[in-house]
Amino acid sequence: MAHSRTARRRWTAAIGLTGVAALALSACAESGRTDDPGAGQVGGTLTFGAAGAPKLFDPFYATDGETFRVARQMYEGLVGFKPGTAEVEPALATKWDSSEDGKTWTFTLKENVKFHDDTDFNAEAVCFNFNRWYNQKGAGQSDAVSQYWLDNFGGFADTPDKPSLYKSCTAKDAKTAVVELNEATSQFPSVLGFTSFSISSPTALKQYDADNVVAAGDSFTYPAYANEHPTGTGPFKFSKFDKANNVVELVRNDNYHGTKAKLDKIVFRIIPDETARKQALEAGDIDGYDLPNAADWPGLKEKGFNVAVRPAFNVLYLGINQKNNPKLQDLRVRQALMYALNREQLVKSQLPEGASVATQFMPSTVDGYNKDLKAVGYDPEKAKSLLAEAGASDLTLKFFWPTEVTRPYMPSPKDIQAAIAGDLEKAGIKLEVSSKPWNGGYLTDVDQGIPDLFMLGWTGDNGTAHNWIGTFFGRTDNRFNTGASPWGTELAAELAKASSEPDETKRSEMYVELNKKIMEQYLPAIPVSHSPPALVLKSDVKGVVPSPLTDERFGQASKG
Amino acid sequence: MLRYTIRRLIQLVGVVLVLSLLLFAWLRALPGGPVSALLGERSTPEKREALTKQLGLDQPIFVQYLKFMGRALSGDFGVSTGVQPGDAALDIFLQRFPATLELSFLAILIAIALGIPLGYLAAKRRGGWFDNLSVAGSLLGVAVPVFFLAYVLKDVLSSALGLPTGGRQDAIDATRVTGFFVLDGVLTQEWDAALNALEHLVLPAMALATIPFAVVFRITRAAVLDVLDEDFVRTAESKGLTAPTIRRRHVLRNAMLPVVTTIGLQTGALLAGAVLTEKVFAFAGVGEALALGFERRDYPVLLLLIIMATIVYVVVNLLVDLSYALIDPRIRTR
Amino acid sequence: MVTPTRKKDRIDSLAESSADAGVSLAASAWRTLRRSPVFLTGATIISLFVLVSLLSPWLAPHDPSEAMLIDQVIKARNEIPPPQDGHPLGGDLQGRDFLSRLLIGSQQTLIVGVLATLIGLAGGLTLGTLAGAFGGWVDSVVMRLVDVMLSLPSLLLAFSISAMFARPNQYTVIIAVAVVQIPVFARLLRGSMLAQRHSDHVLAATALGVKPGAIVFRHMLPNSLGPVIVQSTLVLATAIIDAAALSFLGLGNPDDRIPEWGQMLGDVQTVFDTHPQLAFWPAGCIIVVALGFTLMGETLREALDPKSRR
Repeated sequence: MAHSRTARRRWTAAIGLTGVAALALSACAESGRTDDPGAGQVGGTLTFGAAGAPKLFDPFYATDGETFRVARQMYEGLVGFKPGTAEVEPALATKWDSSEDGKTWTFTLKENVKFHDDTDFNAEAVCFNFNRWYNQKGAGQSDAVSQYWLDNFGGFADTPDKPSLYKSCTAKDAKTAVVELNEATSQFPSVLGFTSFSISSPTALKQYDADNVVAAGDSFTYPAYANEHPTGTGPFKFSKFDKANNVVELVRNDNYHGTKAKLDKIVFRIIPDETARKQALEAGDIDGYDLPNAADWPGLKEKGFNVAVRPAFNVLYLGINQKNNPKLQDLRVRQALMYALNREQLVKSQLPEGASVATQFMPSTVDGYNKDLKAVGYDPEKAKSLLAEAGASDLTLKFFWPTEVTRPYMPSPKDIQAAIAGDLEKAGIKLEVSSKPWNGGYLTDVDQGIPDLFMLGWTGDNGTAHNWIGTFFGRTDNRFNTGASPWGTELAAELAKASSEPDETKRSEMYVELNKKIMEQYLPAIPVSHSPPALVLKSDVKGVVPSPLTDERFGQASKG
Repeated sequence: MLRYTIRRLIQLVGVVLVLSLLLFAWLRALPGGPVSALLGERSTPEKREALTKQLGLDQPIFVQYLKFMGRALSGDFGVSTGVQPGDAALDIFLQRFPATLELSFLAILIAIALGIPLGYLAAKRRGGWFDNLSVAGSLLGVAVPVFFLAYVLKDVLSSALGLPTGGRQDAIDATRVTGFFVLDGVLTQEWDAALNALEHLVLPAMALATIPFAVVFRITRAAVLDVLDEDFVRTAESKGLTAPTIRRRHVLRNAMLPVVTTIGLQTGALLAGAVLTEKVFAFAGVGEALALGFERRDYPVLLLLIIMATIVYVVVNLLVDLSYALIDPRIRTR
Repeated sequence: MVTPTRKKDRIDSLAESSADAGVSLAASAWRTLRRSPVFLTGATIISLFVLVSLLSPWLAPHDPSEAMLIDQVIKARNEIPPPQDGHPLGGDLQGRDFLSRLLIGSQQTLIVGVLATLIGLAGGLTLGTLAGAFGGWVDSVVMRLVDVMLSLPSLLLAFSISAMFARPNQYTVIIAVAVVQIPVFARLLRGSMLAQRHSDHVLAATALGVKPGAIVFRHMLPNSLGPVIVQSTLVLATAIIDAAALSFLGLGNPDDRIPEWGQMLGDVQTVFDTHPQLAFWPAGCIIVVALGFTLMGETLREALDPKSRR
């Protein structure tokens, strides 16, 4: 992680603003609704409909939203995010300081905090956690297991070829932990607010063999800590996972160090079928669920439910793979594809309220966004003439799209695909459309460069420009095979240069410039849209604040 | 009898082995699978390759199969990648099987409770409007796609009857003993829990019952017609026995045989129907796991559940054959 | 006598009916059928269905794949094109003319049904002829194979087969639905041949020195036609319903530019409650057509199978 040191703060502030704006809007829409945590009754059970079962309860190994959602209620990190924003605020650490060179971080810890198992929370516990993360062995080092550590901190203690950002942790005294890094990074300390880097009870970690991940057969099995004994400091503690009934139950932590939770219990009820989730909400069986289908928003609002919309922190793009069809290496052909797409119409008919046409590969809240870029308008004639100019009037392309999936940036792949395919065909491009299940070959095919055109997107987990365009085009053997064109290498080099620029303002300018270049000179793919995801709740549920990072905590939630 | 049973069981082992090899090889030959499921859109070719290696998915198929069978012998059928990620496939089956049994049992009960009396009445009034109407109705029952019916039932009846729209039980405190929720409620005398679980069963069981109902109805009707024609009924009539007595003594009892058999043999239809019905009602049984497994390409779970479904189906068939042979000696000589 | 109850036995009983299927039986069957209101209802439904399917390219007012009403689709407001001038049933989720899709859909549905039946029949014919005509070890091997296939619940087998295709499309659906019918047809044809092996006309032909191949194709197969027709009619209904179930589980043909009813129904599960018309039309069509085939099949069976005739 040698890139994007200081952009985080700015991005943080920007997202924060959007969050507040969205909040204000949704607050207006729901007259009489209050987000004052002081209001609301004490007691009761909140039942939340989850689309899938949590994979485990140890946040460190978590990689998916369903798992994070549950873990987030039981755990806290050293830092947290102000509800509804991405602004860092104190959590288990009350304050922190960094040395001049940004490599030494001193955290002052909250006192009188106990884990759910009565273990004391102190500097030693913090260091125990850091060292646990850093010292993962065997299967614990797999990309599929410690994904967030690998993405944010790099390697482990015994992987010298893959250096880590993390160096050491010392407990200066009970309430002071000093974390040393190998390099300065603007990601600190906000990265510690990620649910993955929550602090677990050292006693429970040891007792329940927390690091014993085993690669078994074609998957991984996790130890008792992750399955039955998650132990954090959060406002709720683990009660049970009734697998036969598909219900996860958390109960209030009565010894919580902060404002105690109002709810007695949170129940996560697993309802994989989307329609079933909606009906369960309407029938009063559950109090809310995540990612309601955009088409259901109006109906849900009409019935008095609170559709809480998060800021659109994602992008959907039409991927172009230049490898197989040399004609796609011609900029004019790729531009023709962009002119052929009626993105305005697509956003209007297929995406939820608040969605917008993407002018570049990142939303406006990311540092380095180029606000001067305008979306190219729909112009099939221009597309045809560009194709003719490039001698590609008889262009035939393989267009793949995924089934068995919805993504926040892609609520209905089938309908979006149909719109895109229809537009392209109108511009005289012949398509061989085919689809594969998301997990059943689609991603593999895209990675292996089989289709010429494909639908994919990204939800940001980090506000640096590098998390977006760096991920997409930072290498030449990426999904777009930009290496097939001479500018691919150039672009990768430019991205690397920008991400290693230490000066924040300068770097930001470099990214603004790069975004323009990507859209006007390179066009490795076509950004389509940004689409806001939502969460729906019963109107009597209060104190749940939609977060751009989907970091919704139910600690201050109440019912009735 | 014993030899017959043993032969059938050996045959079953053969079927299971062949089936598991075929399924295994085919599933492994498919792209995606565990690696895609674990990495999602964050995958890069490198991560993919590393993980493939780590999980041993780069080895030849037969090596993988032997390893799989080795583990299977010790009860390890792999870990779910999509249905309940991280859970052992066998655990998923064991947790969910009671749910499906419970549901199928109620469905069969509904089918019998409606099918037999209606079939009997229709036969008695052969050719009348009641007969024609109920025959048409039973044919219609077969013509309606099960999942569509399930949705209609859910939409129309759940609010009208105040029944839950899905799940096995509300999140109430219930002690788990056997995994059969209704039975557990009765055993622990937690009547609320039992009633609640039963309420959750009603609608999916109704949807699932349509095809068995149609079959039971038609078989009952045909069987009763057959028996009414048979000599002993005519004899009984000539002996001057009254109609109710004939009905009770001869007709119904003789007609029961094929009906009972049919019920046993509806297992296959129930299993397939459960996949659709349980999905609609988010009912956490084997059927829903299969539906999710297909949707999320959860190969370990699919492999185990398909094999288990086959075993259940074959064993039920065997039991039916055996009971049939016991009841009707004529069969044994066939 | 015991009424056949199991799938296997039902098949076998149907098969035996061909042994004495002479001209007289066919003629008498036809006489019965002509007067059966049930058969006539079924036949009318199916004739209409076939007629509409064949004429659908001319009947459909619009191109079923063109999103001509897309500007009236607004997901954010849950709006789809309502019925209007030129579009009596409105549009679907992608702004395509719904009536045209239903009409063209009938054609695809017929194709799926017929192809699935033909493939099932061809597979079954090969296996069944082999087994029935030769008997002995050929018979044993083939029938073991058939039994293995019959030992999986058929719809579940169809699900599994489709899940195994890396890229589901129209043909994988047909194959999945067809393969599960192969053992049924195989058993049917084998039974029918076995029943005929000792019938008078086959014995006579053998005595006259007709070659075995000729006997099978000139004498035995034609006589098996009755049971095959009955079974095919029933399979047509099953195939259409099964195809819908496949789509519902996401195992169907994802490319919906050329619609098929099962696919139209299976694909709209998320909007069953908000746009029920999108489900009810294709569901209604499927139910009526499946009922038509079933009515025809069951009455045909009764007419041809003396044992079930009453």
